[in-house]
Amino acid sequence: MSITVRNVCKRFGKYVALDRVSLDVPSGCLLALLGPSGSGKTTLLRIIAGLEIADSGNVLYLEEDITRTSARDRNVGFVFQHYALFKHMTVFENIAFALRIRGWPNDKVSQRVHELLSLIRLEGLERRYPSQLSGGQRQRVALARSLAAQPRVLLLDEPFGALDAKVRQELRQWLRRLHDDIGVTSVFVTHDQEEAFEVADKVVVMNRGRIEQTGTPHEVFEHPANAFVMDFLGNVNVFHGRVENGRAVLGKMELAWPDYPHNESSPAAVYVRPHELDIDLAPDGVASIQARVMHINPAGSVARVQLEAVDSGNLIQVDLSPSRYKELDLQNGALVYVAPRRIRVFMPEDYSI
Amino acid sequence: MEPKPQEPAVLVPARSVRQDPWYVRWILISSALLLVVFLVLVPLINVFCQALADGPGVYWAYLIKDANTRHAIGLTLIVAPIAVIMNLVFGVAAAWAIARFRFKGRTLLVTLIDLPFSISPVVAGLLFIVLFGREGYLGPWLQAHDIKIIFATPGLILATAFVTLPFVARELIPVMEAIGPEEELAATSLGATGWQMFWKVTVPNIKWGILYGVILCNARAMGEFGAVNVVSGRIIGQTDTLPLRVEKLFQDKPSASYAVASVLTLLALVTIVLKAILESKTHSPSSDGPLQEVALRE
Repeated sequence: MSITVRNVCKRFGKYVALDRVSLDVPSGCLLALLGPSGSGKTTLLRIIAGLEIADSGNVLYLEEDITRTSARDRNVGFVFQHYALFKHMTVFENIAFALRIRGWPNDKVSQRVHELLSLIRLEGLERRYPSQLSGGQRQRVALARSLAAQPRVLLLDEPFGALDAKVRQELRQWLRRLHDDIGVTSVFVTHDQEEAFEVADKVVVMNRGRIEQTGTPHEVFEHPANAFVMDFLGNVNVFHGRVENGRAVLGKMELAWPDYPHNESSPAAVYVRPHELDIDLAPDGVASIQARVMHINPAGSVARVQLEAVDSGNLIQVDLSPSRYKELDLQNGALVYVAPRRIRVFMPEDYSI
Repeated sequence: MEPKPQEPAVLVPARSVRQDPWYVRWILISSALLLVVFLVLVPLINVFCQALADGPGVYWAYLIKDANTRHAIGLTLIVAPIAVIMNLVFGVAAAWAIARFRFKGRTLLVTLIDLPFSISPVVAGLLFIVLFGREGYLGPWLQAHDIKIIFATPGLILATAFVTLPFVARELIPVMEAIGPEEELAATSLGATGWQMFWKVTVPNIKWGILYGVILCNARAMGEFGAVNVVSGRIIGQTDTLPLRVEKLFQDKPSASYAVASVLTLLALVTIVLKAILESKTHSPSSDGPLQEVALRE
């Protein structure tokens, strides 16, 4: 069941939460709404669910305009960030809630609940109360409850936000597999780009009530549409300089940038991810910049090196592969040369937002 | 309270942070106890001593043989429950509106709910006289339609309900705010209608708050004197509630008044015990009371 959002606007008093947002979620897609807090992603999700009403614009499920349909009649599964399980009901009754509301006979309710219990791998815990479950278990019960009545779409609000890192990791993979099994069109909200990339088929990056970019995780990460997306999706080094004649000029460093062949120079910001920088012990013409090693953190899957550019004093973050780090044998205070392997240039209209 | 013996030397620094010298503790505790004993305990015991001074047989006779006292007991048992039910419905509705919605006049509503606490009960009674009394705004119309409010049971109910208005709402607003709307939203998204959501999700969540509010409201309703005194007209055997009866008997038959007063006191004691039981239930970690829900949420 595809979801279409057309020109939705929402204000809270003077605050604009959503500004003419349009979005397509293809049938069977698992889509992530990704953005910092206050970007409007949760508001958008709640409007899709019917828990919030748009000031203007439309929401469609398939071809059906459900903008004016109440949340009760939309038949969506909604998973809340803090689970919102019914505390006075057992796990069984929580999952059975939607079925009892729909007047299912007892034996069918029981059959469906046990089906879901095995899906969330919590068989045998149906008599427990939510307070007797761990966070991860509660979240799975919340998911089972939302799936019980076979919703047309599944909506999840920061589903793993309240869990610790390890459980979060497990549940992400589990959610992905679950989605592959049941194939219900799903939208989830997250502020964690790693989570969005790992789980989603499609990522929508939001900022200040607008959609900045939509695409597969690979598209969004490798080809960010603007400086905000680049900045939001992971660490980045920003060099301010100018572009002219197919080159980006950053102090003493000059890099090829054929996208700007014009003669008149324009101010620009050059964005380079830490893993797209290399460290050399010898200079490489004008394509590298001299820097002093300030701090090294070799723990983890990459060695994180912090340097200070000699000419500008700017801090530069470089991620080296362990083998490269070993080869260089870096010491604090050493003078080295930093060379970008890949750059992205954004003009002022891109990064002044 | 005896002062504690000196602690071992090593423990002194740690304990001295938390404990004042023995004489300070002694003075504070004994003055508090003294106050409670003389202001609460002694008068309380005295009521029962006086009531039973002429033996339990006479006590019983005062309560049962006197038709007017019997009527007063019956009237209180009619007026108080009706007022409590009125305030239960109002309190739940008001708490819901205030905790769940942001609307114009919300702050005004919160303030108005508190008004009966701050206004003198006698003034409250007068307000109803001005409104419904023979000389009041609605008096002629009521008379023309043969409806009696002032100097009759409806007036007693209205005055009692007015005075006890804040109890249920005041109790429920913080409970509902602490629980938050999420479970209700979840119920809605799962297909529940408004009533289904209310009965299956909201009520189980606030039931202890409701009960607590009802108990306090009932205690106050049964004991209400000032407002009821003004609107009742004090017609013996017709509009005398228990507190009014106590006061009247005290004028001419003090020992009978003690007997009736002891009944009221007994009701109050039952209320306090119920309240204490409820409190332990809402505080204990094994229950699903509202306070524990708040703790879980953190």
